[in-house]
Amino acid sequence: MLTIKNLKAQINGKPILKGINLEIKAGEVHAIMGPNGSGKSTLASVLAGRDYVEVTNGEVLFMGQNLLELAPEERARMGIFLGFQYPVEIPGVSMVTFMRTAVNEIRKYRNLPQLSASDFLKYMREKKELVEIDTQLTNRSVNEGFSGGEKKKNEIFQMAMLEPKLAILDETDSGLDIDALRIVANGVNKLKRPDNAYLVITHYQRLLDYIVPDVVHVLYDGKIVKTAGKELALELEEKGYDWIKKEFQNL
Amino acid sequence: MTTTVFQQLAIDNIKSVFEQQFDDLINEPEWLRQQRKQAFQLFLEAGFPTRKNEAYKYTSLEQHFSGKFTYLSHALCEKINIEEVFNCDVPSLDTHLIILVNGWYYASPNQELLKQTPEGIIFGSLREAIKQHPAIVQQHLKTYFSSLASSLDYINMALMQDGLLVYIPQHAKLDKPIQVINLVVAEEAVQIYPRHLIVSESSNVVQILFCDHSLNASPFLMNGTMDIYLKDFAKVDFYRIQNAHNHSIQITNNHIYQSAHSVFKSVYVTLHGGTVRNNIYVHMNGEYSKNSMYGLWLADKNQHVDYFTHVNHNVPNAESNQFFKGILDDEATGIFSGNIYVDKNAQKTNAYQSNKNLIISQNARVRSKPQLEIYADDVKCSHGSATGKLNDDAMFYLRSRGISHKESCQLLMFAFASDITKEIEIEPLKAEIEGLVDKRLRGELSRCNRCSISCS
Ligand SMILES: Nc1ncnc2c1ncn2[C@@H]1O[C@H](COP(=O)(O)OP(=O)(O)OP(=O)(O)O)[C@@H](O)[C@H]1O
Ligand SMILES: [Mg+2]
Repeated sequence: MLTIKNLKAQINGKPILKGINLEIKAGEVHAIMGPNGSGKSTLASVLAGRDYVEVTNGEVLFMGQNLLELAPEERARMGIFLGFQYPVEIPGVSMVTFMRTAVNEIRKYRNLPQLSASDFLKYMREKKELVEIDTQLTNRSVNEGFSGGEKKKNEIFQMAMLEPKLAILDETDSGLDIDALRIVANGVNKLKRPDNAYLVITHYQRLLDYIVPDVVHVLYDGKIVKTAGKELALELEEKGYDWIKKEFQNL
Repeated sequence: MTTTVFQQLAIDNIKSVFEQQFDDLINEPEWLRQQRKQAFQLFLEAGFPTRKNEAYKYTSLEQHFSGKFTYLSHALCEKINIEEVFNCDVPSLDTHLIILVNGWYYASPNQELLKQTPEGIIFGSLREAIKQHPAIVQQHLKTYFSSLASSLDYINMALMQDGLLVYIPQHAKLDKPIQVINLVVAEEAVQIYPRHLIVSESSNVVQILFCDHSLNASPFLMNGTMDIYLKDFAKVDFYRIQNAHNHSIQITNNHIYQSAHSVFKSVYVTLHGGTVRNNIYVHMNGEYSKNSMYGLWLADKNQHVDYFTHVNHNVPNAESNQFFKGILDDEATGIFSGNIYVDKNAQKTNAYQSNKNLIISQNARVRSKPQLEIYADDVKCSHGSATGKLNDDAMFYLRSRGISHKESCQLLMFAFASDITKEIEIEPLKAEIEGLVDKRLRGELSRCNRCSISCS
C-alpha cells in the first residue's frame, strides 16, 4: 500500500529525514517510536503533504501513485489520513460544516452521491457512537476550546467519518486518560479492515497493548535504525533508547 | 490652507446645486429653509475635507464631488410596482417595508406617506413628517450643530431630499421590524442626499434594517445623514447592509445620541460598493447607556471602504464596544479609524474597540488607526488591531481532510466574517445575510435579490 524509498527531507535548509525506507501492506499495523525530535512528526507531515517540509530525495508510492506530487486534499481523497499530534483550533467553522464538506468531497472523488443533510447527520451519529465522542463536541467549532484529550478523540472521530486507507496517528494516545485511551484504541480496532492500514506514532507501550502492531520501528536522528516485532516496544519501555543510540553509533 | 482644484470644483458644484434648488424649496417651512441656509454657510466656512484633514487621510472625496452628478428634485421614477421592483428573498422576514428611490420616499398610489398607530408610533416619509409633525422633526434635525458634525453633514442638511422618519413614543411597541430599501435607479449619474431620523422613547426594542441597493450600473454619489435618538431606557437594534455596484460612491453619516440606560446595537455589513465611507458618531450622553457596534466589509477589485467611528463618552458609567472586521482581496483598500473620547467627568467608562483584517491578496491595503483620548482616570479602555493572512495550520488541517484549497479558504473567510454576522438578532435575516456573505466570498454575488426594475 505504501512504499517509502530513501526519503530525505529538510525544514528551512536543515536536514530532518535522512533516508527513510518503509513498506506498509494492507491490513498491517506499524508502530513508529523514537526519541523527541527524531523526525516522527516530520515524516507524518511529508506523507500528508505539508509544504514547509522540503523533500530533497527519494520517493513515496501510495497505492502505486507518486504521493509527493499530489496536493494534501488529493492525498486525503485517495485515503491518507493524518491524526495530528497538535490538532488546530478553527473558531467559526462548525464541526458539522467541516465534516459534511470533507465527507462529501471524498464521496465525490469516490463517485458516490452527496449525502443529504439528514443522511449526513445519521451517518455522523453512527460514527460518534462508534468512537464514543460526546455529542456536545460536534456542536461546536472545530477543536475550539476542546481539552487535550477531546482534541485527540476528535481526530479519531474524523478518521471514522472519512474511512481512510492509511491512517497515520501521531501520538493520538498522549493526553488521553485511561478510559479514553481504551475507547480510542477500541475505535481503531473496530475500524480495522483487511484493506486498510495504520501507522501509529507513539512513545508508550500502553497504546500498543490495545492496538497490537505487526511491526515496530525506531526512528532516530532521521533514520529508521531498528525494525522488529511487537516485543521491541516492550524492550524500549524497559530500557529506553540509550542502547539503540549506542548500537547505532557503533555501526 | 490652500484650496486644491478638486476641492474648489467640489465646492462650486455644491454651491450651484444649492443655489438652483433653494428657490424650489419655497414650499418648505421657514425654519427648515433657515436650517438649510445655516448649514450651507457652515459648509462654506469649513470647506471641503481633503486628505490633509486627519479624518480623511486615506479617502479623498473631493474628486468624487467634483464630478458631474445630477441632483433630482423628485423621485424621477414615479410609477414603480413594488412587487416587481423588489422581490426580497427573505421569505420569513416579516417587516414594515419602506422603499426609497433615489433619495425620495416611494409610496404606491394607495399607500399613505406616513403611518400612525393608535399607540402614537409614526413612521414613513420624513418630508411628510415635516408637514404633519414639525415639532418632532424640528427639534431633532439639528445634528449639523453637533460637535462631531462634518462638512458632509452640512452638505446633507443643505441639500437633503427625503428619507425615513420613525418616532416611537414612551411605552409603545413596534409589532415588527422596519425594513428600508434604499434604491438607486437612474439612467444618468445622480447625486442623492437622503436624510433619516429615528427617535425612540420606548423601552421596547425597535429593530430597523436598512438595505442599500443599486438596480443598474449608472454611477451615483450618495451622501446620507441619519440621526438616531435613544431616550432614557430606549433599545434600538440597527442593521445596515450596503450592496451597491462598484461605480457607486456611498457616504453615510450616522449620529447616535444616547440617553440614560439606553441600549443601542448596530451591525453594518458592506458587501459591495465602489467607494464607501461610513462615519459613525456616538454620543454617550446618559449614564448606564450601552452601545455595541459591529462592522464587516468585504472588498475586492479596486473597492475602497473606509469606516470612521467616533465614540464620545460625555458622562460616567457608560459602556461602548466596537468590533470591526474586513476581508480584502485584489487591490482593495480597507480603512478603519476608531476614535474613543472620554471626558474628564466620564468616570467608570468602559470602552472597547477591536479591528481585525484578513488580507487575501498581496496587493490589498489595510489601514487601521485607533485613537484614544482619555481625560478621566477611573476608566477601562482598550483597543486591539490585527491584520493577517489566512492561518497556514488551519488551511492545512482542512485540506488534509480532503477539502480543496478554494473551499478551505472559503470556510476560513466565512468563519472570520461570521463573528460579525452572528450578532444579527433577527434569525431569518441572519441566515439571509450569512448566505449573502458566503456568496459574496465566492464571488457569486452581484445583488442580493431578484430585483427587476420597470420604470413606466
Ligand atoms: N516548522 C519547523 N521549523 C523548524 N524546525 C522544525 C519544524 N518542525 C520540526 N522541526 C524540527 O525538526 C526536528 C524533528 O521534529 P519532529 O516534530 O518531527 O520530531 P518528533 O520525532 O515528532 O518529536 P516528538 O516526539 O517530540 O513529537 C526537530 O528538531 C524540530 O525542532
Ligand atoms: Mg512529534
